[in-house]
Amino acid sequence: MESSAADARDNIRSRCRLRTVSRVLVVLVPAAALGGCAGGVLQPKGPIGAANAKILLDAVGIMSVIVVPTIVGLVAIGWWFRASNTRARYQPRFVYSGRLEIIVWSIPLLVIMFLGGLTWIGSHELDPFVPIASNAKDPPLEVQVISLDWKWLFIYPQQRVASVNELVIPAGTPVHFFLTSASVMNQFFVPQLGSMIATMNGMQTQLHLQADRPGSYYGLSAQFSGDGFSGMHFTVRAVSQDDFEHWVAATQQSGGPVLDRNGYFDLLRESCDVKPFTYHSADPALFAAIVKRNLPPGPGPYVGRAGPGVRPIGCG
Amino acid sequence: MLGKLTLNAIPFDQPIPLIAGGLVFLVLIAVIAWVVIRGHLPYLWHEWITSVDHKRIGVMYTLLGLVMLLRGFIDAIMIRSQQALAFHAPGYLPPEHYDQVFSAHGTIMIFFAAMPLMIGLMNFAVPLQLGVRDVAFPTFNSTSFWLTATGALLVNLSLVIGEFSRAMWLPYPPLSEYRYSPDVGVDYYLWALQIAGVGTLLTGINFVTTILKIRAPGMSYLRMPVFCWTALAANLLIIAAFPVLTATLAMLLLDRYLGFHFFTNSGGGNMMMFVNLIWAWGHPEVYILVLPAFGIFSEVIATFSGKPLFGYRSMVAATMGICLISFLVWLHHFFTMGAGGDVNAVFGIATAIIAVPTGVKIFNWMFTMYGGRIRFTTPMLWALGFTVTFVIGGMTGVLVSVPPADFMVHNSLFLVAHFHNVIIGGVLFGAFAGVTYWFPKAFGFRLHEGWGKAAFWLSLAGFYITFVPLYAVGLLGMTRRLQTYDVAEWRPWVLAAGVGILVLCGALACQIMQFIVSIRQRELLRDLTGDPWNGRSLEWSTASPPPAFNFAVLPNVEGEEPYWEIKRRAIETQQLTAEPDYKPIEMPRNSPTGFITAFFCTITGFALIWHIWWMVGLGLFGAYVVFVWFAWRDREEHVIPAEDVAEADRARRRVRAQWLAQNEREEWLAAHAEVSEPA
Ligand code: HEM
Ligand SMILES: [Cu+2]
Repeated sequence: MESSAADARDNIRSRCRLRTVSRVLVVLVPAAALGGCAGGVLQPKGPIGAANAKILLDAVGIMSVIVVPTIVGLVAIGWWFRASNTRARYQPRFVYSGRLEIIVWSIPLLVIMFLGGLTWIGSHELDPFVPIASNAKDPPLEVQVISLDWKWLFIYPQQRVASVNELVIPAGTPVHFFLTSASVMNQFFVPQLGSMIATMNGMQTQLHLQADRPGSYYGLSAQFSGDGFSGMHFTVRAVSQDDFEHWVAATQQSGGPVLDRNGYFDLLRESCDVKPFTYHSADPALFAAIVKRNLPPGPGPYVGRAGPGVRPIGCG
Repeated sequence: MLGKLTLNAIPFDQPIPLIAGGLVFLVLIAVIAWVVIRGHLPYLWHEWITSVDHKRIGVMYTLLGLVMLLRGFIDAIMIRSQQALAFHAPGYLPPEHYDQVFSAHGTIMIFFAAMPLMIGLMNFAVPLQLGVRDVAFPTFNSTSFWLTATGALLVNLSLVIGEFSRAMWLPYPPLSEYRYSPDVGVDYYLWALQIAGVGTLLTGINFVTTILKIRAPGMSYLRMPVFCWTALAANLLIIAAFPVLTATLAMLLLDRYLGFHFFTNSGGGNMMMFVNLIWAWGHPEVYILVLPAFGIFSEVIATFSGKPLFGYRSMVAATMGICLISFLVWLHHFFTMGAGGDVNAVFGIATAIIAVPTGVKIFNWMFTMYGGRIRFTTPMLWALGFTVTFVIGGMTGVLVSVPPADFMVHNSLFLVAHFHNVIIGGVLFGAFAGVTYWFPKAFGFRLHEGWGKAAFWLSLAGFYITFVPLYAVGLLGMTRRLQTYDVAEWRPWVLAAGVGILVLCGALACQIMQFIVSIRQRELLRDLTGDPWNGRSLEWSTASPPPAFNFAVLPNVEGEEPYWEIKRRAIETQQLTAEPDYKPIEMPRNSPTGFITAFFCTITGFALIWHIWWMVGLGLFGAYVVFVWFAWRDREEHVIPAEDVAEADRARRRVRAQWLAQNEREEWLAAHAEVSEPA
């Protein structure tokens, strides 16, 4: 029983891998379609990710029209005109051709104009600040995201709870993120949901994402931020609306810590590989205070130690 | 007394850097000891260290680039093997060490491997191609080189004294600010780059002046070889971009040393200002690297296709177009900052437009080969490998210039694969093509073809095996610079990339073997003609190695391919041009200025890193004294007597006369004539 389940899992895993291989080939040699097992940006699970992936594949498609023949041409011409090929015609005076020049300039130009249109439209439609057009009856969920050394803090201002390194969202509902950093720069990124965006101290960025179906998605920081950077990943748990409300209620009633100023200062210190946990109560004004720099930034590595030592002390 | 420097600075508890540094140190001592004991020191001092000859300086730059390439490659092996081991495991490099390794890798590869290789090849070939005796400011040139070497030395010193930066190859604040990186690592980075940067800026000024002001008679702009054009474009970019780098790093230094608030988290600092400024330098920088490589490929492809370059004017226009546009696209490195649709779209489209002149170049190389008679020598193989590889790299570049696509792969291993695709496939392949192409000119013997071809094929295969998996794993969401990870889907790709780096190790071994074997078999590989490839531009018209003065008489240029013209005319008339009237030649005197200045700059840089203020004063004073002493010199030149010039040139003419005798007029003309009907 157990082994067959494991077999099945192995089977799925290897099928997934196979599919991933072929999917990646798709980008290198464009041909096939989308679909999905757990993984990267080409298996999107929400509208933003799907739109981004489509643009990515479209751009590959448009460029392949010129890139593939060019590569074939280079190899073919290089081989045919080898010195030892007596059938190839030697034409040392073929050094200029006005007609060819026009073609040579206009083909890339046309491709780039086409692509430029795609860029212009895509940049505006998929600007991370632009809300998702949604017919869901619920208004978007607001989440404040703060990157710290080296973990992610998610504050739910409407629900007045917060969590670290785990983001629970209702599936099918757009999520409106407000992001900043408590110390150094990071990038908030959930590959399967779509666009990443920078988190910067003293500044606020915004991002709109949505998970279409319940599931759990890998999230991470895409900007190196110091010794504990590798541990700055988190799980996005998309759950049904009911389950989300249950989760909020359970969190509010749990005996977890409180995210007020003091709680925040504890969190602000450097720490690595932080296990997910929740705050049963969170101060929604905290975020604005961080953005306005009314609260001090992360203290860096030498807090509590005598003098600036020579030796760096990492996460180890 | 010694500032922050204590015995703690030696990493006794970190065996890897200590052993690596120690080994390098021992090798260095051994080499110096060998040089001194064998009595080579005077030769080295007079002929190389104090030399202001552009060819010697070019060779030294190239050598520095190759040695640093080795160092950077060792870092690369460490990065790839760490990631191969680090699935659900800590691997063998803790973060504080791993972070130094990738920061050093990027810094060394860009500033101390790729840049010296390109500047070295420009140094060697540009004055020869222009048909002149040296660059505009020969002593500057030597100073540039030694300042670059100072930077390289400081970066490597950080292995054994203190540590290197852990804040990436571009030290984004606030991570690189004192608050988050209080150790000396970032200071090593900053001072090494500031000192080397001054050297690079001097190089830019030197070469722009040379190309604009010093050319052989008749060498109008539109008769310059394309390599000279690309060198001009690259050096214009240096002049425009490097001051931006220097100013940006200076601001970061002020933040770190004097408590300024340009980029800090407090006092109204703004880190995005740094990010903007550093990329305003950074994007032109990638074209500073790749434009000379484009030039090398243009020379190589034309020579080995036995044809002039197709669409010369288009090539020139494309080069200058790239030179201009490359300044208008820097924001594509941080689309995810959230600047809004308009800004992102404008910069995205501007970026994609660069692909147009680049594409034109590719087509022109293709048409250069069309109707050619292609000889697959090692340089030509590098060039062919480049064309195909670069097309792919350019395509992924355009892909990440589409903001919504970039939102998915920015800072991922896909991006890493993109820029290695263009830097390895473009810059490094170009450097190796250039080195194998001009080596016989510099030393009078060719490099071994067998080992060279092996190195090429292994590099090509190794490149793809390493970086195609990185494209793939980047699409799976894996970001760069991870010290450990726990996503199972990423693992096979990371392991595959690990295999690729093994293949690249093989390529490296072949490359080293090529040098060793060639030097040992140099008599077999000797080229007496000075024109081993049947070349077309002026550098092949002089002897190999060229005399210090390059040309006994400055050539008179009458077309785009002056040397080809000279050869054709010699064959047609069955005689060499009449022996010229030899005159004494004035050449700049060798000068230790560059070396001594760099010596004091090393002291100053080291002292600044460690806050040893008296030593800073000493270093600056020393450098100033050298400057004054140089400015007050009263003999600038020495004269090579006419007899010596005549003797050297007559030897060359004898060789050319032999060549003439060996080539039947009709046969040669027929072999190089247009074939109208397929045979
Ligand atoms: C057709 C030409 C090219 C285009 C359209 C292009 C486009 C881009 C874009 C948009 C990025 C930023 C992506 C991101 O950070 O998410 C990028 C990164 C980069 N490109 Fe290119 N590129 C081209 C050619 C080159 C060449 C020729 C080189 C070098 C010789 C180069 C070197 C780099 C480097 C080093 C980076 C990343 C640096 C870093 O983040 O550390 N690219 N390129
Ligand atoms: Cu760029």
